[in-house]
Amino acid sequence: MTRRFLGDTALLTGRSLRHISRSPDTIITTTLMPVAFLLLFVYVLGGSIDTGSDSYVTYLLPGILVITIASSISYTAFRLFMDLKSGIFERFQSMPIARSSVLWAHVLTSVVASAISITVVVLVALLMGFRSGAGVMAWLAVAGILVLLTLALTWLAVIAGLSAKSVDGASAFSYPLILLPFISSAFVLTATMPGPVRAFAENQPVTPIVNALRALLTQQPVHADIWVALAWCVGILGFAYVLAMATYHRKVT
Amino acid sequence: MTAEATVAPALHVEALEKSFKELRVLRGVDFDVERGTVFALLGANGAGKTTVVRILSTLVKADAGTATVAGFDLSTDPAHVREAISLTGQFAAVDEILTGRENLVLMARLRHQKDADRIADGLLSRFQLTDAARRRVSTYSGGMRRRLDIAMSLIGSPPVIFLDEPTTGLDPQSRLEVWRSITELAHQGTTVLLTTQYLDEAEQLADRIAILHEGRIIANGTLAELKLLLPPATVEYVEKQPTLEDVFLAIIGTNTGEQR
Repeated sequence: MTRRFLGDTALLTGRSLRHISRSPDTIITTTLMPVAFLLLFVYVLGGSIDTGSDSYVTYLLPGILVITIASSISYTAFRLFMDLKSGIFERFQSMPIARSSVLWAHVLTSVVASAISITVVVLVALLMGFRSGAGVMAWLAVAGILVLLTLALTWLAVIAGLSAKSVDGASAFSYPLILLPFISSAFVLTATMPGPVRAFAENQPVTPIVNALRALLTQQPVHADIWVALAWCVGILGFAYVLAMATYHRKVT
Repeated sequence: MTAEATVAPALHVEALEKSFKELRVLRGVDFDVERGTVFALLGANGAGKTTVVRILSTLVKADAGTATVAGFDLSTDPAHVREAISLTGQFAAVDEILTGRENLVLMARLRHQKDADRIADGLLSRFQLTDAARRRVSTYSGGMRRRLDIAMSLIGSPPVIFLDEPTTGLDPQSRLEVWRSITELAHQGTTVLLTTQYLDEAEQLADRIAILHEGRIIANGTLAELKLLLPPATVEYVEKQPTLEDVFLAIIGTNTGEQR
């Protein structure tokens, strides 16, 4: 059964990766907003933002990467919804395959799509003067956090994709995720915010994630941020996975 | 073939019930389908035809009743049921972004067929899709999609095939093509459960026809048997009313006659 699960997941992942390679516009759309934010904040607003760091683009990048992931997974919900709508999801479910491989294929595709988008955004940041002296281990840690966050948000996207009633509904859930970084340490220091906003910003998941990524990229000590960040990622992942599976089992008997 | 094997039907459905919230869609459905025959489930929209197919293809669970597919119990052995069936749903469930050939190869690989490429090419030529094989399905016409859809269902030669309204929304030409494929399937010994709202379709294709109405099978038999349910045809004389055309012609005929 395990072998069948792996084989079927590989086949179906190949299928949805082909969807991405045939519609590269989804990658472009995904990266458009984060790149626009990057340009806007670095070249328009950045001049009057004081973060105490030498390079604002370096300060900004971690938050932009979180936005990139949030924007990328909205397509995961979209692709899953389209499979349900076209009936091909039911066709797979009526076939002698490991049924959950249909979901896992979408999850793996989501990680690949998000990795591509992140690479594009990092390249743009490099052109804009982003530099990091981080070593291999630090980069691996950055990649690990980003993959974990992608997985966590992807399972949220699976819930949205499975329960949406329309295409718009399937991708609309990602809007709050895209806005969340604005109320965090992603763009400005939380110390500049008024009390209640600051309390929210410092205790929501984006701030420790962004702080941990930034510390790793600028070779600063990561403190407790990395553990809080990991705890949030694993927590969201577990919660979303359980809820997604419950939604899935309600759909498929 | 032993006597027992011929007795065991491909589908055995007993007292099947299903409700969606307050709506009782199936209220005790019973029927058997013999191996290698075409069975048509006839009914109006909303009669519950699709629900029967979805239950039998393990997509939804029945509230009550039992069913076996190719000898496997639906509730205790759904994995074996899925090995034995293939579902062609109401709307062509094909991957629009892949090409026709890629769709077939994917299905063949998922069904663990050894020579996926050869199977795909064989089906493409059988369903007259060879020319379109390397085009994306999004460019296909409705009839081509349906043919591809049915071709995808044949991979792995499942003994039982469900076709849910296979010709709804097709032009007459494509409809005939689909009919031809279904007849061909039956000749090869595949059991076909077909749902349709077209009476002529059931008449053309099915060995037996069951009429599903308000959640129950209200008639089940061969076409000849069903015809016997009606009183024998009688001859009646009906006075022929003139049509507007008759009136029109009569009037201008008289007028021109008078003018002459």
